[in-house]
Amino acid sequence: MKRTAFLIIGATAAFAAMATAEITADDVVFDEYGSVAMSLTGVAGDAANGRDLFKNRKLGNCLACHKNTDLSDQAFQGEVGPSLDGVGDRWNEEELRGIVSNPKNTFEDTIMPAFYRTSGFFRTLEKFEGKSILSAQDVEDVIAYLQTLTE
Amino acid sequence: MIGSNLLRVASIATIASLAFGTITANAQSLIINEEELMITQAPAAAHLENLDEVFSGWIYRTKETQSLQLDDFDNPGMIFVDQALDEWAKVDGSAGKSCAACHTGGPAEFAGLRTVLPRWDDEAGAIQSMEDYINECRTERMQADAWKWSGTSMTAMTALISLESRGMPVNVVIDGPASDAWEQGKDIYYTRVGQLDMSCANCHENNYDTMIRADHLSQGQTNGFPVYRLKNAKLNSTHARFKGCMKNIRATPYKEGSDEFRALELYVASRGNGLSVEGASVRN
Repeated sequence: MKRTAFLIIGATAAFAAMATAEITADDVVFDEYGSVAMSLTGVAGDAANGRDLFKNRKLGNCLACHKNTDLSDQAFQGEVGPSLDGVGDRWNEEELRGIVSNPKNTFEDTIMPAFYRTSGFFRTLEKFEGKSILSAQDVEDVIAYLQTLTE
Repeated sequence: MIGSNLLRVASIATIASLAFGTITANAQSLIINEEELMITQAPAAAHLENLDEVFSGWIYRTKETQSLQLDDFDNPGMIFVDQALDEWAKVDGSAGKSCAACHTGGPAEFAGLRTVLPRWDDEAGAIQSMEDYINECRTERMQADAWKWSGTSMTAMTALISLESRGMPVNVVIDGPASDAWEQGKDIYYTRVGQLDMSCANCHENNYDTMIRADHLSQGQTNGFPVYRLKNAKLNSTHARFKGCMKNIRATPYKEGSDEFRALELYVASRGNGLSVEGASVRN
């Protein structure tokens, strides 16, 4: 009885540790094409929350540069980057994770910011120093949403 | 008539929209007070490696914003020019002098000056902006306090002096003793900074004439400075605008009046060599 209890506690602790095992921005592994195979958090992305992050001007602010018909109620969609209609057909989950985390590994000279990167910047404002634009789970949520954008 | 100018701009814009489907960067003319034609489009200077043509930021503004610059009575920046004229005549400092005390020819003495600033100055041994010359006058000849780089008095005075060069093409010198600062400015222009990791070039060279959310990206030319911005309802200096841009990309700005911003001001001004001085211009 006692022994079983210990096992359960042990297993729960191990599971909890696993569930919160977030990959820090500096430890994200990109393959040679800029894809990231492993989930940044181990927790499945929430597409609905990803949609909110996508349009939030202080977080994803994706509409600053990209059009997205799914959010056609939002005025003034940018045209610096490609339209994201059908982006879920063009890129798979691992590629999207890589592009959102740090697109410079996929498109070398792109203007697009890295949304999950905390180091290697120059003259960052103090309040953003050492911080990424999005959290690891935010990135998972955004890429879950991007995968729903199919044509 | 003002009305016919407006109509002309409107109809050309309409034709452009029909022809290209979007706002285009080359089919509108800026004529101020029905008589002063501004050069808003010019061949790029030889030192500009990645552009063929340069465009005044006026071209990328909406018709409503553009129209505010067609007549000086509609241009809110001119209120500050009037204030600067009052300041011009006002005695300040322990030497008991006004600007007018020495510059007996009035602001017209400075016709053409704006086109060549910032420039290398032998005496100072540095690049000097118009703000530096104004403050040198104030502290040395008037024995008055220096003005804040982007304070109301300073931006108003730079507008008054710039106005004397309105229409003349920007023509800053980039070689000789200015070349080190020019190179430094170029370096800053192409260096990515801040958490958003962008350089000036990312937006203003590679993506001008596209929409970034509700804003129509321009080439970031400085020929219209000081600029009256509808956003903050005042005149803005070049350095203040640089600072704003850097903060937008979450970077620590250089200081207004710093050597870095003077160098950047020189470099960016040189990218607009050939465009008319428009100060005080109106932008959003």
